[in-house]
Amino acid sequence: MAQRFTLVARLLHWTMAAAILAMLFIGVAMVASLTDYHRLVSIHEPLGLLILVLVALRLVYRLFHPAPPLPRGMPGVLRFAAKASHVLLYALMFALPLVGWGMLSAAGYPIAPTSWLHLPAILPQNDKLYAVLRPTHTVLAFVLFATFLAHFGAALTHALVFRDGVFQTMASWRR
Amino acid sequence: MPSDGPGRYDLAALLAPTAIARLGAIGVAVAAVAVAFAWTAGWLSPERLTQARMIDAFEVDNGQHAGFRRNHAKGVCLSGWFEGNGAGVKLSKATVFKSGRVPVFGRFALAGGLPMMPDGPNAVRSLALDFSLADGEVWRTGMNAIPVFPVKDPQAFYDQLVAVKPVGTTGKPDPVRIKAFFDANPESARAIAAIKASEFSSGFANAAYNSLNAFRFVDAAGVATAVRWSMVPIDAFAPEPSDTPPDKNYLFDALAARLKQGPAQWQLMLTIGQPGDPTNNATQAWPAGRQTIDVGLLSIVALQSEATGNCRDVNFDPLVLPSGIAPSDDPLLSARSAAYSESFTRRVGEPKTPSAVQAGKGG
Ligand code: HEM
Ligand code: HEM
Repeated sequence: MAQRFTLVARLLHWTMAAAILAMLFIGVAMVASLTDYHRLVSIHEPLGLLILVLVALRLVYRLFHPAPPLPRGMPGVLRFAAKASHVLLYALMFALPLVGWGMLSAAGYPIAPTSWLHLPAILPQNDKLYAVLRPTHTVLAFVLFATFLAHFGAALTHALVFRDGVFQTMASWRR
Repeated sequence: MPSDGPGRYDLAALLAPTAIARLGAIGVAVAAVAVAFAWTAGWLSPERLTQARMIDAFEVDNGQHAGFRRNHAKGVCLSGWFEGNGAGVKLSKATVFKSGRVPVFGRFALAGGLPMMPDGPNAVRSLALDFSLADGEVWRTGMNAIPVFPVKDPQAFYDQLVAVKPVGTTGKPDPVRIKAFFDANPESARAIAAIKASEFSSGFANAAYNSLNAFRFVDAAGVATAVRWSMVPIDAFAPEPSDTPPDKNYLFDALAARLKQGPAQWQLMLTIGQPGDPTNNATQAWPAGRQTIDVGLLSIVALQSEATGNCRDVNFDPLVLPSGIAPSDDPLLSARSAAYSESFTRRVGEPKTPSAVQAGKGG
């Protein structure tokens, strides 16, 4: 197998995959639990901001280390679906934490993901802005979850049905 | 390396029996993740007590009042400052306790979900504050002028909301349900008795406001102490007048008149819990005679009508804390944070109408 994602790219991918999936589950769990709300929010906010840092690093890294090419025989529609879903995933990985940070800013909450880190507001306090951003965070999270499901299903299809080596470009444990 | 031979992606290849079986297995895997997500979100368990159900219960009891808080709906904004005297530093590293002044804004309110309710002798007065500390730290607190809280946990709070729901044609709660609630929650019966036995003051300015929930104060060395706090008024206590004034806003009007004469002030008193004092049950008072420490003076100088951008659009979430103050194991704390967030999100998105209390210019 000549072409794989680099070790750094694979590490970033799997770390972020675990983190984002955890964020989606923590998010829906916390807004439906009076008892665990505080505990979960205290993970959600710092982990979400960490994802923002990681996705920024990952995008920069990817510009210098392009993805391996898709198999030559792969039809145009599938290529398009793959490219488009990857662009969408990147966009959502940026948008969700930014909207999260923005909505806390618009609500006038302090942005204190940990006791030693206090971040500035990225938007002015504004009730109308919060009223738009809060549902946006939910909608984007559900779009991200749906995109993740498609991505997960497609990855397994490459691995088990097409068996075209695409899965192994990301999922190979050898250095 | 697998070849890129044609056929691999053809429909015919996907319809081969092994491919269909594998696609089916993949479908099951994807569906399993989706079901786990739905379960985590509570969509499969409608009986779960969520923040949405809690706030729905307020709306059932009180009706829909767009734009207003679902509890403590009637209120007015306030501004002033807090002057720490330095005595709190030995319990908490929070900068608010150093000697010096920090700006404060907040909200006086009456407990209850009716934004137009008339002031009355039995209305529970509340004081919510935001201390804006250096380097972006914030301390928010919502305190009530009662000695203990009526319920010990969110389930009991919800059950109480359901029990006092107005029923049938009377529009009044069903006494049978209320009795059943107190039978199931004897600590609430005791708490209500203690609240009724306490004397309410004649107004907002001479009332003592209590945190009721316990918190952990953490000092510079990391040592934690259980604390409940109170804002104890400098204005002398006077009991409620025996005949309630007819003015629907008499409590708020008296407060505005009081502030025209100068700042109203409160001492922030910390009560130090001893091992064994309940930190997870706000229906129980701590034993009398616990050590108290005066850590500073709150001065409230002005009122402002609820309006865009002021206290109206702030969530006085009791878990917005500076480092040096941490939550205790009181289950009400996380529940408050969660329910206030839901109430906040609903009301902020709704159209606004003027509040009952309109602070006069400069008043
Ligand atoms: C990859 C990043 C993120 C994901 C996948 C994510 C996902 C979610 C999800 C699924 C929910 C529940 C939505 C609902 O059902 O209404 C949620 C809520 C929330 N998220 Fe995020 N989030 C992310 C980043 C952030 C960040 C960075 C912050 C803040 C700094 C944040 C703050 C919040 C808040 C405050 C809530 C709602 C709490 C409430 O309404 O009481 N999120 N998030
Ligand atoms: C699980 C128990 C509780 C529930 C479900 C609950 C519910 C609520 C809700 C929905 C609001 C309106 C929040 C907003 O829209 O900003 C509110 C406000 C308030 N609550 Fe509670 N509450 C609980 C316990 C307590 C306790 C123990 C105290 C004790 C001190 C308290 C004091 C206050 C105060 C002072 C306000 C008014 C804050 C303001 O003026 O903005 N609550 N409560």
